Amino acid sequence: MTAYTATVTVRLKHGVLDPEAETTKQALERLGFELDSLRSADRFEIDLEADSSEAARERADEMAERLLANPTIHDYDVEVDER
Amino acid sequence: MTVSIIRFGGSNCDRDAERALAHLDIDAEIVWHEDGLPADTSGIVLPGGFSYGDYLRAGAMAARSPIMAEVREAAADGTPVLGVCNGAQVGCESGLTDGAFTTNESARFQCEHVYLRVERDDTLWTAAYDEGDVIEIPIAHGEGRYEISEDRLAELEDDDRVLFRYCDEDGKPSAEANPNGSKHNVAGILGDRETVAVLMPHPERATLPDVGPTDGQGVLRGFESA
Repeated sequence: MTAYTATVTVRLKHGVLDPEAETTKQALERLGFELDSLRSADRFEIDLEADSSEAARERADEMAERLLANPTIHDYDVEVDER
Repeated sequence: MTVSIIRFGGSNCDRDAERALAHLDIDAEIVWHEDGLPADTSGIVLPGGFSYGDYLRAGAMAARSPIMAEVREAAADGTPVLGVCNGAQVGCESGLTDGAFTTNESARFQCEHVYLRVERDDTLWTAAYDEGDVIEIPIAHGEGRYEISEDRLAELEDDDRVLFRYCDEDGKPSAEANPNGSKHNVAGILGDRETVAVLMPHPERATLPDVGPTDGQGVLRGFESA
C-alpha cells in the first residue's frame, strides 16, 4: 500500500449561474481591482492508502460521484499524488 | 396509519408540519432519522430546516443517511412523500426527484410570501385546487433556485411533472415573480411517481388560520387518502 493524497476539485458546470462568485467579483471591483470574471470551486484533499495511484483515483472518483459533487450542477476532476 | 415526519439533526419545520397536519385531522408523528421508518408509516414528510448545517450542499448529508434508503423504497412502493424546503433539497439530493435546488440568484436568504400557480389538479397534492389557481404561500430559503439541464427540464415538462410555478398575483410566471431565479419559475416538482413531490415554499406555514393565509392546506391534504 502506498500513501496518496487525492485532490478533488468540484466546480459548477459551464453555464450554471454562480451568485456567490458574482457577489465576490463585485466586492473585488469595489476594492478597486479590475477583472473580467471569477469562478469559484470547492477543493477536497483526501489522504488515503491504495495499491496504486489508479486505485486511489478510482476511489476518489467514486467519492466525488456519490457525495462530493452533484452531477446535476457540477463537474469535477481528481488529481492523485504520493504523499 | 401515521404520517412520519423525519427529523434530522438541524430540521426545524418538523413541529410546524406536525401541528399543521393535526389541524387537518391527519395523524402524524415526528420520527428521529436514526430510529428508522416506523412500520405503520402511511406517508412521509421531509421537513424544512438546515439539516447537518447545510454542510457541503443543502440536503446533501441527510440525503445519504440510512433512513433515506427506506424512504426511497417506500416511495417506490407508492407511499406519499412530500419534501418541503430543506426536505425538497434532500429529495433532489437523494434522487427522489430530478434537478437541484441551489443558491438563490440574489445570493441572499429570502423570507417572503410568494404566489404559486397550480400546474396540475389531478395529483394527491393538488386535488384541492383547480389547474391555474394562484395560491399564496411563504418561502424561506437561501438555496431554492431550481437548476437542471434544459434538456431534462423539457422532458419533465413534457411528462407534466412540474407541480407549481412562481407567478404574479394574476398567475403569470414572470421573471419579476420568480423570487430565486429558478429555471422556468419551477417551485415544486413531482418524482417518478406522482405520489412523490417536493417544493421550496412552505405549505405547513400557510395552514393554521392564526398565522395568515391558509392556501397551503390543500397540499397537506394529500395525506388524507394515505
